[in-house]
Amino acid sequence: MRRYVVERVARCVVITLGALAGLSACSVREDSVLGASNLRASAAGAPAAGLRFGIGMPADDARLAQWNVDAGPGGDALPAGSGTVAQGEAVYARGCLRCHGVGGEGMAGPPAYPRLVGRDSAGEGFRFANDPTLVKTIGNYWPHAYTLFDYIKRSMPHDLPRTLRDDEVYAVTAYLLHANALMPKDATLDAKSLRAVKMPYEDRFVRDDRTGGPVVR
Amino acid sequence: MLVNAGAVGGALLAGLAVPDASSALSQQPAAVPPPPPVAPNDPTSVLGAPTSSAGERSPFELSARSPTGETAGSSLTPLQRLNGTVTPSDLHFERHHSGVPFIDPAKHALLVHGLTDRPLSFSVDDLQRFPQVTRTYFMECSGNGRASYRAPMPEMTAQRVAGLSSNTEWTGVPLRYLLDEAGVASSATWCLAEGADSCLMARSIPVDKLRDDALVVWAQNGEPLRPAQGYPMRLLLPGWEGNANVKWLRRLEFGTAPWMTRWETSKYTDPLQNGTARQFSFDQDAKSIVTSPSHPDVLAVQGWRPITGLAWSGRGPITRVEVSTDNGATWYDADFLTTPIAKAQVRFQYMWNWTGGEATLLSRATDSTGYIQPTRSALLAVRGLGTDFHFNHIVGWRVQADGRVFFHGLT
Repeated sequence: MRRYVVERVARCVVITLGALAGLSACSVREDSVLGASNLRASAAGAPAAGLRFGIGMPADDARLAQWNVDAGPGGDALPAGSGTVAQGEAVYARGCLRCHGVGGEGMAGPPAYPRLVGRDSAGEGFRFANDPTLVKTIGNYWPHAYTLFDYIKRSMPHDLPRTLRDDEVYAVTAYLLHANALMPKDATLDAKSLRAVKMPYEDRFVRDDRTGGPVVR
Repeated sequence: MLVNAGAVGGALLAGLAVPDASSALSQQPAAVPPPPPVAPNDPTSVLGAPTSSAGERSPFELSARSPTGETAGSSLTPLQRLNGTVTPSDLHFERHHSGVPFIDPAKHALLVHGLTDRPLSFSVDDLQRFPQVTRTYFMECSGNGRASYRAPMPEMTAQRVAGLSSNTEWTGVPLRYLLDEAGVASSATWCLAEGADSCLMARSIPVDKLRDDALVVWAQNGEPLRPAQGYPMRLLLPGWEGNANVKWLRRLEFGTAPWMTRWETSKYTDPLQNGTARQFSFDQDAKSIVTSPSHPDVLAVQGWRPITGLAWSGRGPITRVEVSTDNGATWYDADFLTTPIAKAQVRFQYMWNWTGGEATLLSRATDSTGYIQPTRSALLAVRGLGTDFHFNHIVGWRVQADGRVFFHGLT
């Protein structure tokens, strides 16, 4: 016997006593069978829909400039600057090699840091679902090259993040793309050329098609 | 006097484990058990301990997470030691990518900017001036269960199989208030949510979710967030994979396309059998696990006992949990200990009379969309052994005639 019956309870009791609106109360309980929003009821005494509370300070331009370091959707906020593969090799040796190994080949753990380079035939063809031993690298998996710049600039080196200048980030990005056979050895990378890099498996990434319901996807 | 429960989980083993959340424990040798506490035979004969500023567990209770000891590591909730549905805050699982930052709340701010009329900065105090809500939701890393999916082993515990899932009463502000306050443009469809940890962990989130049931929370289970859960504020996206619930939230930038950060391209994408990889797979599918009995329990007596465990779905309330004691040949409806609510864990039980024979105990959850938790074989067929996230297959426990209990993962 099914002992539980899905119940949908949505009760909002708003008691507003005229001038004593500030003493009003709202109780909300909504167990939606669809898992939809349970935030529909507005708080008693709150401004009407579309009006603001007036809470918060104007964002400080200096702090915004300091914190907003991302490369933007599609790399559209990549900064000025440039770097060469050769310069990137030096940056890599100084900042990356101790964890990611010679030539981006990774280090045996523990702790294990990921291999960055790999275009060997076994790892090509995007067969990762079939074989969990295949290592995902920049060249055989990453869908967008500008993600490399964004990630290195915001997060790397792991213990010294945001110590690289933008030119150095471009350089080490160029070095890693070259090491993955995606850029010639004499290349110079900047915002425009980085946005133009087409990664081999970009078109393999698809949006989520799971929707709930009886079908397992 | 305090028995160090951390020794159970592996604090002694720090540095021996790899940072990968799911395979870490496989590297650990058996922990050395702590010395047993000694209590008086007649506790009424001795004056008790004085009052204290904060409570501690009884030294007889060994609940502990299982830290990998890495700054890009994890620490799993001991599901087999929990009762009811609330995960104690200090046992909520951890998964972070550059360690737990040490944040002074007076210096912390949340910036809301990008496609907005008014770029705004909110302090913790500012957020707490908005109307608040308190909601119970589960939090689950989408890597939860990877080890038991790829390589199930009899000695796995419930903690190791599914301990990257916890359940919490959160308090915070509905995000839509902040969106209205900043005047987020109707053209904005995506938002970059960024944390204040040293890697500035960042995920792109659809604005529709932020206007639906998303919160910025500052409290869990009646007290401020624990640092490992995002103190002083985190994004809370009910039912969505843990990684998207950005901790130590400091920035929300609005735009018209996803940013394609490392954590939504290189990681947290799901290779499939058809040679594609699913991206932005936010929803956590329905899942359940029996937590008692479970390995390393030994059933000492025959007779009645509850088969109990936890079930949850990221798409709505759990509507049914079935239990089998014969490896799925027969299924029985379990009871719920509390009324299931959307996107939260619920505890189930099925009373079982163990008569001393071998048995294989399984649980199977159904959610409000009609989704039924699949077997491992069914998931393998569509996603393959190498898929990297979202492991919600049916699991269970094999009870031997001698009462010993072992993990059963090949469903």
